Amino acid sequence: MRKPGEVELVHCTKYFSETAAVDHINLKIPAGTYCCLLGPSGCGKTTILRMIAGHETPTSGEVKIDGENVVGLPPVRRRTAMMFQDYALFPHLSCLDNVAFSLKISGVAKAERRERARRVLARVQMAQFADRVPAQLSGGQKQRIALARALITNPRVLLLDEPLSALDEYLRLQMRSELRRMQRDLGITFIHVTHTQPEAIALADLVVVMDQGRIEQAASAQDVYTKPLTAYVARFMGGQNVLAGRVSGITNGVVVLDVPERGRIELPASDPMPSIGSTAYVSVRRDRIHLTKQGASETVNAVTGKVRTIEYQGTWVKVTLEGATNEDFVVNLPDTEFFADPVNPGHTVQAYWKSLDVHPLVGGAGRSDRPYASGQN
Amino acid sequence: MRAPATDRRPWTFYVLAAVFTLFVLFLYGPMFCIYILSFQGPNGGLTFPLNGVSIDWFGALFHQQRTGDIAGAFSRSIPLALIVLTVTVMFSLAAGLAFRRRFFGAGLIFYVAIASLIVPGLVLSVGIGLGFQMLGLAPRWYSSALGAHLSWTLPFGLLIMFAVFSRLSWSYEEAARDLGASTWQTLRYVVIPIVFPGIIGVALFGFTLSYDEFPRSWLTVGPYNTLPLEIWAMTTNITSPALYALGTVTTVISFVVIAAALSSIAVIQSHRTRRRVARERAIKTGS
Repeated sequence: MRKPGEVELVHCTKYFSETAAVDHINLKIPAGTYCCLLGPSGCGKTTILRMIAGHETPTSGEVKIDGENVVGLPPVRRRTAMMFQDYALFPHLSCLDNVAFSLKISGVAKAERRERARRVLARVQMAQFADRVPAQLSGGQKQRIALARALITNPRVLLLDEPLSALDEYLRLQMRSELRRMQRDLGITFIHVTHTQPEAIALADLVVVMDQGRIEQAASAQDVYTKPLTAYVARFMGGQNVLAGRVSGITNGVVVLDVPERGRIELPASDPMPSIGSTAYVSVRRDRIHLTKQGASETVNAVTGKVRTIEYQGTWVKVTLEGATNEDFVVNLPDTEFFADPVNPGHTVQAYWKSLDVHPLVGGAGRSDRPYASGQN
Repeated sequence: MRAPATDRRPWTFYVLAAVFTLFVLFLYGPMFCIYILSFQGPNGGLTFPLNGVSIDWFGALFHQQRTGDIAGAFSRSIPLALIVLTVTVMFSLAAGLAFRRRFFGAGLIFYVAIASLIVPGLVLSVGIGLGFQMLGLAPRWYSSALGAHLSWTLPFGLLIMFAVFSRLSWSYEEAARDLGASTWQTLRYVVIPIVFPGIIGVALFGFTLSYDEFPRSWLTVGPYNTLPLEIWAMTTNITSPALYALGTVTTVISFVVIAAALSSIAVIQSHRTRRRVARERAIKTGS
């Protein structure tokens, strides 16, 4: 038997008055996947979640679960369950009755539904809190109750709307791994909306990066992070420097970009080949770059700039250069490499990298040039 | 550098405290005079000093007097207030739910409903009285006066429900729907229990506004007076402290109603927070 919980959006569009919150989205989430919808606020990720949940109807297009178009069906018939951002626990009911609510609605007798709710509470380690009301719980406890309340409906898809945003840092990391473990144990599809890159990277089998109602890239966490498709994804995920240049030649499998007044970038040619004379965007990982204090000696795959800030991060040191490109240029040096020959703010240094570490991007600079906090770490 | 703030209060504190004291005296002073004078001795008069202490004047209230039919007025005012309470709660709740969504004409309906708060009560009373006369209907407390009172309590109830619903997150209803509840089940098991303290507030307003209402009752009650009208009639011809005793009794009734409402809210709240593990404090850590 095929695993249940495959979700597919087909040409899905949602208009709120005149603006498209979700714009012709096609997305297939395989059964049993942990999928993160990632993007800045207002990018349409929550709208997608709510359309899958049945709390929003697409203006056009289809939402399919296990091949069946579920548009118009109530959540229970879809066998989806949603965990709300504020958890939406019913304040007048005990934790036990919150969890048992869906059983009460479907007519399960009191003794049995309480028994079953207790079992689910035990599963999220909240059995001893059965008689509390939500006001007596901490954020992490509320979240477990909300999880239990969603799981008792035996869903094939669990939808989580920014489930970790209300928690403090320590709890967030703890609950993050617990969600992942829970998903593995249950084997059902989790679709998790977040605006935090490390959260998506750490959790997801499939990361869907969104911007302005469109999907910029849907790929594994590793691909999204190391092989961003567009400049938007590269900037949004952080960890990359985005550079632009004019394609001046392609010879012997090497593409050469001219960067006016700053030299050249060379990278291995790959499909699709850029056309000569066009502007191409590339990215270079922050941790694949080295620094030298020897003036502007190199002109290929190197930029020169002034050190603006230095942030010690434990195992690496984050060095921010200004004047190297049109935006801040960030180099993450291993701590041993940095302290072997430290630089100070105000120093002029050259940053250089290998042509193999240059990653080509498709499309232009992206619709929004500087998406939201331009970098994590 | 400025010295750090000390514990001394600024002079404005004393000015405002004095103003507040005057206000409280003005508000409660006359009322307390009336309550005290209602315990006037059998031979006492309408003014201080007290000529002995007794509860004779309370007794006098419950005998049919030549001066007024107080027991009868109670027997109309209380049922009227209870009917007003019920109708106000039902319609305010329904209207409050309706106004959570924007619907065509919502603004117009809202202003039409609120306008009756601005219309002077006496004018409304005259209008309803005339209207009943023209239609050949006899005005009664349970028909014309009921309508007049509702014109006052419904907009009030609606405004309270607005405030209540503005704090109610949509996600509760969505969560209920997500868990399979129908619209009716969502209302019964989720929305009404959550807003119940607000509903009690509306009930309280409905009752006391009706119970105290004078201008809107004036030409609409017909031949049998409600309590405020009866008291007003008595002031013109009674010259005994029975009048004060009446004031004390009606105040006590109002307080009983308010106390009942507030304590039922308190009972609900404690029912929500007090469970078997009440003495345990919520544990701050996540597990």
